[in-house]
Amino acid sequence: MLDILKSPVHGLQDFVLLTFRAFLNIFRRPHYGDDIVLQMDIIGVGSLPIVMLTGFFSGAVMCLQMSRALAQYGASGEAGRAVAITLVRELGPVLTALMVCGRNASGMASELGSMKVTEQIDAMRALGTDPVQKLVKPRLIATAIVLPLLTVIADFLGIIGGYMVACPYLQLTTASQYWSKAHQSLEYNDLAQGLIKPFVFAIVIALVGCFYGMQTTGGTQGVGLSTTRAVVVASVWVFVLTFFIGNFFI
Amino acid sequence: MLGFDKVSVHFDDTVALDGVTFELREGDTLILLGAAGSGKTVLLKTALGLIRPDQGRVSLFGESTHDKKEREMVDLRSRVGVLFQEGGLFDSLTIEENVAYPLLNQRTLRCPPEQVRPRVEEALEFVELGHTLEKVPSELSGGMRRRVGIARAIVTAPPLLLYDSPTAGLDPITANTITALIAKERDIRRTTTALATHRHQDGQLLANYRHDPATGRLLPADPGEVRTRFLVLLQGRLVFEGSQEELEASVDPYVSKFARRLKE
Repeated sequence: MLDILKSPVHGLQDFVLLTFRAFLNIFRRPHYGDDIVLQMDIIGVGSLPIVMLTGFFSGAVMCLQMSRALAQYGASGEAGRAVAITLVRELGPVLTALMVCGRNASGMASELGSMKVTEQIDAMRALGTDPVQKLVKPRLIATAIVLPLLTVIADFLGIIGGYMVACPYLQLTTASQYWSKAHQSLEYNDLAQGLIKPFVFAIVIALVGCFYGMQTTGGTQGVGLSTTRAVVVASVWVFVLTFFIGNFFI
Repeated sequence: MLGFDKVSVHFDDTVALDGVTFELREGDTLILLGAAGSGKTVLLKTALGLIRPDQGRVSLFGESTHDKKEREMVDLRSRVGVLFQEGGLFDSLTIEENVAYPLLNQRTLRCPPEQVRPRVEEALEFVELGHTLEKVPSELSGGMRRRVGIARAIVTAPPLLLYDSPTAGLDPITANTITALIAKERDIRRTTTALATHRHQDGQLLANYRHDPATGRLLPADPGEVRTRFLVLLQGRLVFEGSQEELEASVDPYVSKFARRLKE
């Protein structure tokens, strides 16, 4: 029984240690600014097309599916409110995080995993560099900066997607009513929730991706395994955390 | 220079090193022999403090690594050059950036920026790869990558060099070139050298030959000119320690596998 528990407890201990060291290193020199900018480009600019498409179509499809229910209750004019609240509070942060998870948590795990199995991480330590400082910190900072920005873009495009379905396509409401309802419905609470969530998700995605990468053993097969684990674990944590953060703001 | 005192390392239920004790003195050459999985790599990584022992003590340059923090170990490691089994080159950096890496990142060295390029060129010329500065590791052959690894290990002119299976997976001609480079570095700069290998020829070459600066070739060494000691590892245990003559005289079936070939 104890042997079964030993591995996950040991893994959790390593994850907590990595998290502690990563946060401690944020304030320590050297800061590797070039690496942070490079990672922001890879994670932020690189993820922009898929995040824009996901945001736009999630807003559009949400409006499409809700149109019948709204019409049934004579609330077609509330389409803007429904789309804005759902996207900003929940769908925008979660879907953007899942996209970044699939694209970048896997990328971090495979990149660091390959470095681990080819002894590049050992070489880094032997040659005077702390791998957490050089590899984890830039990815953590970059993800924490760009994921909230990507979420804002996804939210905005989602509301536009909802507008395209609600106004020109299904003619549920007028453009001015759609936008005024969307604007009026959003409170500071919703905006705070919509920005805190991606910030927390970013930390989890970067740390989980880096953790599984740095724990990789067993050659190329191990790299594949780490990549899969990183995506699955980070995605599950996104859903778990969105519940608790949402619960806090309700 | 490097000392192990009853050092044991475990990975879960696997014993990687079991009570290993030895000492490497300044100017000596240590040949660490053993089959694949016998613990050679773990021993070298433990010497560098990349792996912390579960039991026993490791001393490097007279300082115990037992209670040192990672940051203190980084400073201590800056005096050790290391060649990893697969070269350990950073595949996203050029050869020049790879070799310059320790000069730019080891804070105890404080290498002036204008000296970085000349020192990188000097190290690459030493391994006869001065023309590869702008290339990336994937553009080089396996043997060339090892030579770049040697250049990176020696660029800081460390007093102690550790080589982890530098000839593994190479053809005999390239392997001899690599071993000759190791001997050249040892004899020109008088560095203390530890070499882990499963190839008997590597030990034979380093124990019996010296680099001749006049001809640039390896010549047979005079008796006692090269202070070489052999260690043999079996499943993490040190089963032999001694000179080449003692190794050849060993009747242990495992140890004599290495010794018999040395006699050939």
